[in-house]
Amino acid sequence: MLDLGDGLAVAFKVESHNHPSAVEPFQGAATGVGGILRDIVSMGARPVALLDGLRFGEPDWHFSRAVGGIGHYGNCVGVPTVGGETVFDEAYRDNCLVNAMCVGLLPVERLTRAKATGSGLSVLLYGATTGRDGIGGASVLASQELGDESAEKRPSVQIGDPFTGKKLIEASVELVSAGLVESLQDCGAAGIASALSEMAADYGIDVHLDRVPLREEGMEPWEVMISESQERMVAIVRPQMLEAVEAVLDRWELHHAVIGEVTSTGELRATWHGEVVGAIPARLLTDECPRYEVAQRPRLPRPEREIVDAPATAEALLALLASPGVRSREPVYRRYDQLVGSRTVRRPGLDAAVLRLRPSMRGLALSLDGQGRIARLDPFTGGALAVLEAARNVACAGGEPLGLTDCLNFGNPEKPEVGWELAEAIEGMAQACEALGVPIVSGNVSLYNETNGRAIHPTPVVGAVGLVQDVRLVPKGWREGDVVLLAGAGALSLAGSEYQARFGEVSGRPAPLDLEVEARLVSFLWRAAPLCSLVHDASEGGLAVALAESALVSDVGARLELLDEPVELFGEVGGRAVLACRAEVVADLERLAHESGVPLRRAGEVGGDTLLGVELRELRTAHGSES
Amino acid sequence: MTGRPRVAIVVFPGSNDDRDAAWALGALGADVDLVWHAEYELPEGVGAVVLPGGFSYGDYLRVGALASLAPIMGAVRRFADAGGPVLGICNGFQILCEARLLPGVLRPNRQLEFVCRDVVVRVETAQTLFTRRCVEGQELVLPVKHGDGAWYADEGTLMQLAARGQIVFRYTEDVNGSLGNVAGVTNEAGNVMGLMPHPEHAVDPLLGSADGGLILAALVDAAAAHALATA
Ligand SMILES: [Mg+2]
Repeated sequence: MLDLGDGLAVAFKVESHNHPSAVEPFQGAATGVGGILRDIVSMGARPVALLDGLRFGEPDWHFSRAVGGIGHYGNCVGVPTVGGETVFDEAYRDNCLVNAMCVGLLPVERLTRAKATGSGLSVLLYGATTGRDGIGGASVLASQELGDESAEKRPSVQIGDPFTGKKLIEASVELVSAGLVESLQDCGAAGIASALSEMAADYGIDVHLDRVPLREEGMEPWEVMISESQERMVAIVRPQMLEAVEAVLDRWELHHAVIGEVTSTGELRATWHGEVVGAIPARLLTDECPRYEVAQRPRLPRPEREIVDAPATAEALLALLASPGVRSREPVYRRYDQLVGSRTVRRPGLDAAVLRLRPSMRGLALSLDGQGRIARLDPFTGGALAVLEAARNVACAGGEPLGLTDCLNFGNPEKPEVGWELAEAIEGMAQACEALGVPIVSGNVSLYNETNGRAIHPTPVVGAVGLVQDVRLVPKGWREGDVVLLAGAGALSLAGSEYQARFGEVSGRPAPLDLEVEARLVSFLWRAAPLCSLVHDASEGGLAVALAESALVSDVGARLELLDEPVELFGEVGGRAVLACRAEVVADLERLAHESGVPLRRAGEVGGDTLLGVELRELRTAHGSES
Repeated sequence: MTGRPRVAIVVFPGSNDDRDAAWALGALGADVDLVWHAEYELPEGVGAVVLPGGFSYGDYLRVGALASLAPIMGAVRRFADAGGPVLGICNGFQILCEARLLPGVLRPNRQLEFVCRDVVVRVETAQTLFTRRCVEGQELVLPVKHGDGAWYADEGTLMQLAARGQIVFRYTEDVNGSLGNVAGVTNEAGNVMGLMPHPEHAVDPLLGSADGGLILAALVDAAAAHALATA
């Protein structure tokens, strides 16, 4: 959680729901959204935005079902989906990735308000009833490789109920705002067991499993303890507050029961009709859980294969715009409510969405970005790029990056190559964060993303939150007569790029990153954005695609002077951004760039209905975006 | 009668756009009462009622069906029967149809997918409480966000409604398979309107269009007039 000033704080986190989504995409994705929402609610915040990182083999029925599941939950609970990314790659065919990020707001005093703790407090379970659904979800699904028998694991996927989820959010926010509860915990993976273990670590908890409201007959105590039935939360309540808490839950028509009490034994102890059925020193479940070092063995990339028969620039640009990895995401976003909450100043589409922090004119810029293909060739660079891309995206919207959240999606870490990828990617992320001076405040890890021994690309995914000083100055689109400028100087390469994947073979070593240069670019961009009509960074497809996207979003072309070289136009890795502004603002931008130590050069002028020799109309048809 | 006109917004479990509507109406000069679905009466002095968007009761059974039977709906019906202005937005429109306060039904979108985007609607008549600040033929940009927005009635009903000026808004394109591209209708008396697009999301120009303010400001005018007339 981070202090935003003006008495406001922001809570945010990204989490994976990969294995359930691979087995049953609709419910897997829906419950992924439900879970991350409850995580934010348990921090005492009201969820105000969702973002989703989706990675699938191709835009098929499976993918469409996952989109449907996200919409089903997010739309129904009244939290807007404002961003994320969609990546299609053969590497995710059998192991799709569904990463969901939630952002919530809370009054800053809620962070600091003294919480009563210690023995004698009541443990209250509320929300849905508990059944056998999702038993072992975390262990059966999340912590094993998938195989051909995965369909049999379908009963381990939890079923989401967004209506109860919505009531749970409203009731929880009400309980926290009124100061009726000391703390909240979400019943996520491993259910009551994990919700209680953290609280039990400091004091101890006795839980009476026979008091849990059940939806099925004949459940065993262990099943009650680890059931992953959705839409449940645990509150720690002072006994004198119980009556008021129960009144709120009754009004929202939610089940509730006092299922235990805080003790001073340091043990998490479970009873069943008065008999102790399990006890463990709670620290063994948290800080003192077993640790081990993973073995590491580098996986070297194949030498770079030269691209033969690459098409001319215009043809290559059209082909890239039309490829599933670059095409317009409008058909996806259209299926999500992007507006509820009345904060969405910039809707999904370009770099980062922006939410207004009403009543002020300040805003939050939000983005979620990952790296797979480049991380496969060089996990250090992939990790660093995920961080830089997320930070650059919020900066393009005028947001100063405040904090990050990460989700590490990897294969089986018991394999030394995967262990190495994990270690390298984390190192890359850590160094990039240090260069930017921005912390990672939360995160999640998803391992064993393998089917029949084949692992996904190592895929670090990073969510960024940036603070926009004035949402009225968020760039919207370049205008006829504006000057087009290019910022950035990082080294470019085709290894792992969209261009190489489309026209050649993924191979080679991506260009080395200069993290200091990249950090300076980010800091220049968020300062420059309020002066500009458009700021958009190059990512998949390189500079040419970024320019085409800029022209399409603005509905006007540009006359540009660029080097007609594939690596210049379609190269990736080194950070670059397209900026546009009125002629009289150029001197200010140049001064700012000079002060920031960022190379900035003029590339041309906005106007006409072509870009890089292609008509806008043709670009639009290829890209599939609306004017 | 002094002070700002009062508008009640009914909150069902599953309402999502209730706070949005409260903000928008507040910005347009109304005092807003959020009224819980389990209440049996509207607050004293209320001059208009809004049923907001959302997924009341999770859309279980059929959209709007359960909400149409909520205790508060008896009070809303009495208020409407007495000529009080009632606006149902999105899910609120669905509820009013289920409650038979409005003609027709709302079916799943033809594309069988949720749709969220800005659309253009044409004002078919400026002769209603809700369109007094518009002119006939004016085009408004408003966002839609719904999965069940295809309004349907039999052809005869549609013709009759059109003849009586009860078709208030039409989309200028086929958005969801709605019969006759209908986006908003009133009851015969003209004091109850259902609208599939969201005017409350088109009040702050920073969020896109401000055209929804024309409809909601007219509702606030109507609330003041109704409160005066019944004081
Ligand atoms: Mg970008």
